[in-house]
Amino acid sequence: MIDTPITIWASFGEFFVNRYLISGLVLGCIYALGAIGITLTFGILRFANFAHGEVMMLAAYLTFSVMVLFGMTGTQMDLPRLAVAALPLVAAIPAVLLTTGVMLGVDRYFYKPLRTRPTIVVVMASFGMMLMIRALVPIIWGPNQQSFVPGISRAQDYFGGAIKLHDKQVLILIGTVLIVAGFSYFLRYTRTGKAMRAVSDSPELARVTGIDVERVITATWIIGAFCAVAAGVFLAMNTQQLEVTMGFRMLLPMFAAAILGGIGRPVGAIVGGLIIGLAEELIAYPWMEVVGQVFWWLGNAAASPALASWGEAVFEANLGQPLISPGYKAGVAFAIMVFMLIVRPAGLFKGKVF
Amino acid sequence: MDLVLGWSLYLNSLLIMGGIYALLALGLNVQWGFTGLFNAGIAGFAAVGAYTYAILTTFASDAHLGGWELPIWLGMVAAMVASGLVSLLIGAICIRLRADYLAIATIGIAEIIKLILKNEGKITNGPQGIQAIPRGWEHVAQAEVHGRAPWSWLLGPDGWQGLFDSLPNWWFQPIFMATVLAAVALVYVLLERARLSPWGRVMTAIRENEAAARAAGKNVTRLRLEAFVVGGVIIGLAGAFFAQQIRFLEPTNAFDPTKLTFLVWVMLIAGGSGNNRGAILGGMLVWALWSASEIVIRAGSEAVGGLFPDISVAELATKASFLRMFLIGLMLQVILQRFPSGILPEQRPARAKT
Amino acid sequence: MSAVLELRGLQGGYGGADILHGIDLSVGADEIVVVIGPNGAGKSTAMKAVLGLLTIRAGAVLLAGQDITGTPPDQVIGKGVSYVPQTGNVFVSLSVEENLEMGAWTRPAGARARIDEMYALFPDLAAKRRQAAGALSGGQRQMVAMAKALMVDPQVLLLDEPTAGLSPKYRGELFQTVRDINASGVPILMVEQNAKQALGVADRGYVLEGGRNRHEGTGADLAADREVARMFLGARADA
Repeated sequence: MIDTPITIWASFGEFFVNRYLISGLVLGCIYALGAIGITLTFGILRFANFAHGEVMMLAAYLTFSVMVLFGMTGTQMDLPRLAVAALPLVAAIPAVLLTTGVMLGVDRYFYKPLRTRPTIVVVMASFGMMLMIRALVPIIWGPNQQSFVPGISRAQDYFGGAIKLHDKQVLILIGTVLIVAGFSYFLRYTRTGKAMRAVSDSPELARVTGIDVERVITATWIIGAFCAVAAGVFLAMNTQQLEVTMGFRMLLPMFAAAILGGIGRPVGAIVGGLIIGLAEELIAYPWMEVVGQVFWWLGNAAASPALASWGEAVFEANLGQPLISPGYKAGVAFAIMVFMLIVRPAGLFKGKVF
Repeated sequence: MDLVLGWSLYLNSLLIMGGIYALLALGLNVQWGFTGLFNAGIAGFAAVGAYTYAILTTFASDAHLGGWELPIWLGMVAAMVASGLVSLLIGAICIRLRADYLAIATIGIAEIIKLILKNEGKITNGPQGIQAIPRGWEHVAQAEVHGRAPWSWLLGPDGWQGLFDSLPNWWFQPIFMATVLAAVALVYVLLERARLSPWGRVMTAIRENEAAARAAGKNVTRLRLEAFVVGGVIIGLAGAFFAQQIRFLEPTNAFDPTKLTFLVWVMLIAGGSGNNRGAILGGMLVWALWSASEIVIRAGSEAVGGLFPDISVAELATKASFLRMFLIGLMLQVILQRFPSGILPEQRPARAKT
Repeated sequence: MSAVLELRGLQGGYGGADILHGIDLSVGADEIVVVIGPNGAGKSTAMKAVLGLLTIRAGAVLLAGQDITGTPPDQVIGKGVSYVPQTGNVFVSLSVEENLEMGAWTRPAGARARIDEMYALFPDLAAKRRQAAGALSGGQRQMVAMAKALMVDPQVLLLDEPTAGLSPKYRGELFQTVRDINASGVPILMVEQNAKQALGVADRGYVLEGGRNRHEGTGADLAADREVARMFLGARADA
């Protein structure tokens, strides 16, 4: 019943990489893009923005409306397969403008008037904003789940069939790499990017250096909105569905990613997002199965029938059993976050601790 | 006569729920109003209290853990202890950091609690929930309870049964209402004493100038943790009353954060954070508004549906209730910006002394 | 005497009670002016008043004769006032060069050439241009902070206790740097705790106490004044 190490690896590789690792990476990309916005607002405006997940959700709905408005559902269009899958990204371009407008409007009317008050008051305002957006979307688009992209997505073979990827996964992975590269260039080499890092370092010093802090704040919202649209649309592409709660469900993993990476550290947010995404998917892998196989193989190699049969028993008992129930996916992000808050609140990349 | 009775019972249940919300707002007031700790997971702490109470006091059941038929007062004490312990745990991790982290962690713990309630079916009966939760006073009408009570000899089983049968089916409602309001009064008196005590004055000092309080040799972290746990205990008590009032607990709708977290925040901020009377007033007032708007929404949707037969009444009612949610969010923003001290502003204990 | 910077009867505070109860100061072209006084005298507060960080109730701040009272900080700096705070005066996660670029925010034209001038003025920094400012020693950070402030070619440079936390060796070097900067044509207003040394490099000095002017005179006169000596210099020597 159990195979040689080579076939174990073959089945492991096939199953593990294609079912778990890739979807973990894709999820991680989405978290990373969302966490960039969170870490920027936390670092530069100094408050935890609870409405960020809802902005992502709103962006996905706006993109959907653009698609409907221009008949970009793909089915009736004579386009190559990958181009059809990329239609939401085209529709996301006007959505970026709309979402940026919303974010700047929210800042202007709801956050900016509170900027001279203790920052926790702004956190509370973002808490209220979370509720407002989550109430507004079902009024406009209805409270029920909707299909974002119709049809069943089929995986395509890559590298001679070793790797199977859905078109949407290819787009999300490549899209994230491009956005992260562009964003890193912006932060490193542009005047406004450097000023953003300066304000994140010390808003007081930035002020007495003459840096136009309001302009930096505007840039922060624009970049946060851009990443939020990308994250929201990628999320909707990935699940192929729109839901009012989709943004809220992202909130905890995104905060966990931002804290894991270190507040105010965009690189940290990206790494943190990938780790959280991978961890959430990988906990559902039947790891005890692997442990059983390894012991079976060790037992055979060491000519110890007892060890081999114990390994086999472990394998049999845990066949297809996830290590931790996927129902606790959201708990993984929380557990990682709590662990970091206890052990190293500054995160992996020495972020800020307030 | 029926109409008068109907409205009286409505008023009665309004006072019960208003009282429960007043307790929640009082609990939050200790955490936020006195100490400046941001609890974004009130629903989670209330759920811990409610489920603890339900598991301990319900009649034996195969569906979930417990059903130990413990006395109601014991269940309520246990609910307070359980919620206090969860507060202690989460507070010990986050309280040394700025309030934003506590906000994230509490929103997280509320989600985790919800996950546990959903997934651990053996303990909580999962999404099917726990039914027939005994309510204060009402439960004595049940044969199992009055038959075993120390005073059962007074009338004998049949005598008691006859007495309860002869009472109108709402006989316990005013007594339960009085019990809830008595609990509010008791908590209020205790909190007022605490607020005017040296402990309360140190709390205010910490909130306003942490560095100075630290320099004066106060163990700020410990004092804050105490306040957070005291608040958690009160929220747990409210949770136990909540379980009694709704009689059926399930993880999703009963502990909707909109109603059990946001609404409580709006209540406290509107009533006047830092002022115990403000918390009670806010709880009662906002609940009355919320509850009255339910009637307005139902009647309004039916009226509009009657005028325009094309419009679905149910859909209209759903959208109207989302609009209400939006308005609650907006109300929070308006209060934060224009009336930051609420209806009854905080009264400084130092001033009361001189 | 044409003053570059002048404070006239300045009264104000941070929104609450007044801290300054009428301060008169002036910095002439080519001058080094030192402000000394006990803790809480309002020395740093007076500096922040120039930057527009204070609520001013009465009096005026004049820059080259122009009234700039209550102008917000970014505009004050745009007009040619540069300020080096006492602590947290460099962006720790930015490189030395990026710190200098940020210093030129209000005057980006010609920043490249200014950066090279700064490397010539502070040769130590040239070798560390790619390093994060947070990784430098205290003395080098102070150099970065001053170079950053000089990027706008200021009309006047404000230094808030530049030697605080520096070793005596660095302290001497720093006062020499202050002289060099002044010699290149930048008037300097400096708040200092090390009164004796500071008055040594100063053209003129002011003694503040309780938010009011107490004494003023040339650096040498103040250093020799018996009351000033008793108040600050002597107390320091006894300690």
